[in-house]
Amino acid sequence: MTVPAIELSDVRKNFGATEIIRGVDLGIARGERHAIIGPNGAGKTTLFNLISGRFPISSGSITVNGKSTAGLAPQEINRLGLSRSFQITSIFPRMTVFENIRCGLLWSRGYRYSFWHLLGGQKALNAEADRLLDRLNLGDRRNVQAGLLSYAEQRALEIGITIAGGADIILLDEPTAGMSHSETDAAVELIRGVSEGKTLIMVEHDMSVVFGLADRITVLVYGEVIASDTPAAIRGNAAVQEAYLGTIAA
Amino acid sequence: MEVFVVSLLNGLVYGMLLFMLASGLTLIFSMMGVLNFAHASVYMLGAYFAYTISLYVGFWPALILAPLLCGLIGAAIEMWGLRRVHRHGHVAELLLTFGLALIIEKVVQMTWGLLPVPYRIPELLDFPLFRVYGTQFPAYRAFMLLISALMFGAIWLGLRRTRVGLVIQAALTHPEMASALGHNVPRIFTLVFAAGTALAGLAGVIGGNYQVTEPAMAFTMGPIVFVVVVFGGLGSLTGCFIASIFMGLIQTFAVVFDVSLADLLAQFGIAVTASTPFAEVLNVTLPRIGALLPFLLMVLILVFRPRGLMGTRDT
Amino acid sequence: MTLLRRNWPWLVALAVLLAFPFLFYDWTRGRHSGFALTLMSEIGVMAIFALSYNMLLGQAGLLSFGHAVLFGLGAYCAAHTVNLVKAGTIWLPTELVPLAGGLGGLFFGFVLGWLVTKQRATAFAMITLGLGELVSAAALMFMGFFGGEGGITIDRVMDTSLLGVRYTSPWQVYCLVLGWAFVAAVLMRLQMQTPLGRMANATRDNFERAQFVGYDPRRVRWMQFTLAGFFAGVGGGLYVMIYEIVTFDTVSAVKSANALLAVYIGGAGAFFGPVLGTIVVVLLQSGVSLLSNAWLLYVGVLFIVMVMYAPVGLAGLIGMHAPLWRTGRLRELLLPYLRALPPALMLFLGFVLLVELTSFTTIGAAQGKRFAIGGQTIDTTSPLPWAIAVAALGVGAFWLRREAHAFRLRWDALMEDAKRQAGAP
Repeated sequence: MTVPAIELSDVRKNFGATEIIRGVDLGIARGERHAIIGPNGAGKTTLFNLISGRFPISSGSITVNGKSTAGLAPQEINRLGLSRSFQITSIFPRMTVFENIRCGLLWSRGYRYSFWHLLGGQKALNAEADRLLDRLNLGDRRNVQAGLLSYAEQRALEIGITIAGGADIILLDEPTAGMSHSETDAAVELIRGVSEGKTLIMVEHDMSVVFGLADRITVLVYGEVIASDTPAAIRGNAAVQEAYLGTIAA
Repeated sequence: MEVFVVSLLNGLVYGMLLFMLASGLTLIFSMMGVLNFAHASVYMLGAYFAYTISLYVGFWPALILAPLLCGLIGAAIEMWGLRRVHRHGHVAELLLTFGLALIIEKVVQMTWGLLPVPYRIPELLDFPLFRVYGTQFPAYRAFMLLISALMFGAIWLGLRRTRVGLVIQAALTHPEMASALGHNVPRIFTLVFAAGTALAGLAGVIGGNYQVTEPAMAFTMGPIVFVVVVFGGLGSLTGCFIASIFMGLIQTFAVVFDVSLADLLAQFGIAVTASTPFAEVLNVTLPRIGALLPFLLMVLILVFRPRGLMGTRDT
Repeated sequence: MTLLRRNWPWLVALAVLLAFPFLFYDWTRGRHSGFALTLMSEIGVMAIFALSYNMLLGQAGLLSFGHAVLFGLGAYCAAHTVNLVKAGTIWLPTELVPLAGGLGGLFFGFVLGWLVTKQRATAFAMITLGLGELVSAAALMFMGFFGGEGGITIDRVMDTSLLGVRYTSPWQVYCLVLGWAFVAAVLMRLQMQTPLGRMANATRDNFERAQFVGYDPRRVRWMQFTLAGFFAGVGGGLYVMIYEIVTFDTVSAVKSANALLAVYIGGAGAFFGPVLGTIVVVLLQSGVSLLSNAWLLYVGVLFIVMVMYAPVGLAGLIGMHAPLWRTGRLRELLLPYLRALPPALMLFLGFVLLVELTSFTTIGAAQGKRFAIGGQTIDTTSPLPWAIAVAALGVGAFWLRREAHAFRLRWDALMEDAKRQAGAP
């Protein structure tokens, strides 16, 4: 049996007296496109923050590619092959779009903290950044300051920075939030393309995106997993309907 | 014992003076995120205003008027300066107050001259209050303690019992929430800044004749007050209070104990001679590094407890 | 060859700076002006210092109030090195003395950087301020390394020069400073384009995001701080070569503040901004301080004006004209600028007059100086000059406000056009 991409066992997190994540067990297989849904305040983003090391967990354990993330800093978890995006756009606003993408590439291409390589001369690296820009449809915005991009462009850039490093596990936090219909469609195509052959986990509110993309869906309600199954099964799950989908449909 | 009691009292006086400055700085910083570099400069202005006013109408009116003037200056700085650069971020705000500190120092030099001015304690309080083992304790120092205690009480009541005080308290711990409360935040900012600078002015009025009123007084006081605020922990008035008293005591006691690391080592039978490595450092006596201790402590606490003594949030 | 074609402005700048002292050359006596050369050397040293400061402020977003610690400690290291070379203990070419300073700065940057980069934002500013106070107090206290109040003196004339130069004249020293300043500036410019330099930008823009692309932002800042320490130390080493003495002034808060002022006035966003700012600050410091007691006041006011009205600095202001330059419409701004000039001048003169009047009534009087303009002594106690100063200030300010508004409108219109033109092709 292969090692799952991510495995959570009895993960708990409390802020003060409030328990936000209440014993989550979840295994996500390699190559799976997995969506986490749930009502507001269910702890979806918190779960992402725990997996990516932004917050430490209170108890339980998380493994990424078979390795425990206990005590690891975010950058160390990133180096295990996990990369994430943020719900609130998190880019490098004063650098150009190209620089943003290249920053995402640097570590995985072995540049580390080098102060002796001149980036202008790194042809392979720059070509790769440009290829990715074209895939993101940001090619013609290459030299624009990232902070000046439109919202949808910034969201695309956010995904770009996330996948640039070539991580095989990608966490996307509401990648289509705040987008128009056409922008959402473009984003879904982009996500489908870039997650080819990788493990994708995303938090998403837009059900058409969720059911269009995901192989499996986990429903999180008040810090607990109430169902984790295929889209079809989730659609038919009575508990889910009651807890979540029902309220949406109504 | 004698030395101990006297130092304790003096340390308390100095600590309370520090607290008067530091509390205003903490309030301003916690509320607005601005580290007011000009805070000690306003302290200096308070002393100079008090000196000039007391030449004409005496010390007692100056005790009221000088802080008010300082408060007005503070309000002006906030309304015409800080509010303007606010959109450029906290660094710009900090730099603005840094520039103001430079200017105020120069303006003070140009107005009152380069030499210290003879700002004296009022005759009414110029007598020894009591003696401790033969050492006099001046009445003026007791008066300083009284004023700072009264002021502390007033702040405490103001924060607990008034509407504005409650908003300020809320903003201390949850700065992003303040505007969500629907209060007129700019006006509260101006108020807090004015109150903070008025406090600094008051500290100047009672500290100027306790120490020396000279153009360099802001520069010597400023860094210490920052140390107190950082040491106590940003956003915590209690931490600020403890840190003030602590720093006051440390600095007074350091002057008294004439010991060095070499003496300490000698206790363990290690003799320090000229050839010992770092002999110079080991032979430095405590009084000589008294002024250094606060900075040393700040560096240490920031390394080991980044939020300071009782800080509630990251800087 | 492409290297030459792309980087010709650097070489032109080098040539101009090499030729510049000859403007002050005394041809009748056949020697350089010592004052001009020392001033230019000072600018060179301070420019390195300011550029290294900008590696922190501009590149990494770190506001330090103690950068002079690295400069000064580098200077002390260089001074001790020179003395060791003269004593015959070690051998080092004269030309490489600044490198000794640099290595000193690198070492202290590494050690102190470990401490200070634990903190961010305001706490970083505070801890650097504290370290600055600590080191400058220590400099006065310890004789062995710092020489106490007297500092460490050296004699820069050594026999170990690689070029056979003995550095006895200010001209030779200037050439040494220029050479090192050029090399240091090139290296710092190149450092911006390395992975570390770019990640320093990234941690400035978004500290947390840098973690999620695999970097430890603290480590990035630590390394950046260390490198900045190296270049500050090079500046310190050159400082020793110019003045042949290093005292606690070099580590003091005033020195640190100078770097901050220079960088901010010049503009932290552009590479040459700090150099521009250094020129302004040093000229004000050396030039105006001869004429006026109040140079620091002028620098302070200039600084505040920049913070309030032009946070992009002088370089940024110049850079804002670039779109108009490209579309060839820059000269349409000539008239608005000319119109704003008289009120600005009036405001400026009124302000200067007021400051000088005040300064001469108090400090000047205490020093027995008199206020004179063009040989005409001005009585600072009579109301007339004061009235003139205040009137000029008031009218100038009012007039400038009106002109500034008109200027703003014209500027916006031109920029709008430029943007449309840029978008059109």
